[in-house]
Amino acid sequence: MTDLAAFVSGLVFAAGLALSGMTRPSKIIAFLDFTGAGGKWDPSLLLVMGAAVAVSFVANQIARRQKAPLAASAFSTLPSLRIDGRLLTGSALFGIGWGASGFCPGPAVVAAAALMPASLLFVPAMLGGMAVYALCESRLGWVALDDAGNPAAPPACG
Amino acid sequence: MSDFTPLPALAGGALIGLASASLLLLNGRIAGISGIAGALFRPAAGEVRWRLFFLGGLLAGGAVMAFLQPQDFPMALARSPASLIAAGLLVGFGTRLGNGCTSGHGVCGIGRGAPRSIVATLSFMATGAATVWVVARFFGGAL
Repeated sequence: MTDLAAFVSGLVFAAGLALSGMTRPSKIIAFLDFTGAGGKWDPSLLLVMGAAVAVSFVANQIARRQKAPLAASAFSTLPSLRIDGRLLTGSALFGIGWGASGFCPGPAVVAAAALMPASLLFVPAMLGGMAVYALCESRLGWVALDDAGNPAAPPACG
Repeated sequence: MSDFTPLPALAGGALIGLASASLLLLNGRIAGISGIAGALFRPAAGEVRWRLFFLGGLLAGGAVMAFLQPQDFPMALARSPASLIAAGLLVGFGTRLGNGCTSGHGVCGIGRGAPRSIVATLSFMATGAATVWVVARFFGGAL
């Protein structure tokens, strides 16, 4: 059940990204071009994010009133309050790559399934960057965080 | 350039929200793509299967949408291969260091009201906009 839910969630996520045009790097770059330096500003991404946040907000309000999710034993979404240099540096580096390419991870993976050449170059490099980070955790002792931003349980191997 | 498309943007955004809502309410998980993919490089017990199924759904959705809406998957390279590879490395490393991307921080985190996600989103939007400005101003929009 959790596997099916995860698959369907991924499927719907991809449909939303493609339907809203987020798989087109030019549309992302035109959104980030707030000053219109490269042409006309395209606010579409703001509406994509606004609608997604609105639905996500309602879901979080529902989740808050439940003891456990419907198909699993517990929520793994305890909010972390940590705002530190690591959060800021990592997000800043991500933004540079995002602005340079017009790709963030979700649309890049979706575009890879469509065999979009730009994404077929970008995604392996992105996975390489993730692997480098994983090496920093295992070799340099960087603290591993879970998906919600809290210190994660030590991995089984690696 | 790129035109403002409010209706597909709202509809697509609602679908993205529904996808993250279902992962949260059914599985208790956060639909952050960088976290779901990145954690596979240090696999923990019980943390691999659902991630592969989610990524499988994402790829299957991409394949279906490429068939239905080919215009949203431009085949021409707008950036040089070297730029795309450098950008990919930055996005992969940066999202793992900052523990989230547009989906994990921008949609799920802000939807949860997490202050750190608001800070992260402002941070990557700011450097993203600065990068686009530099590319437009000093590189003639090509990279």
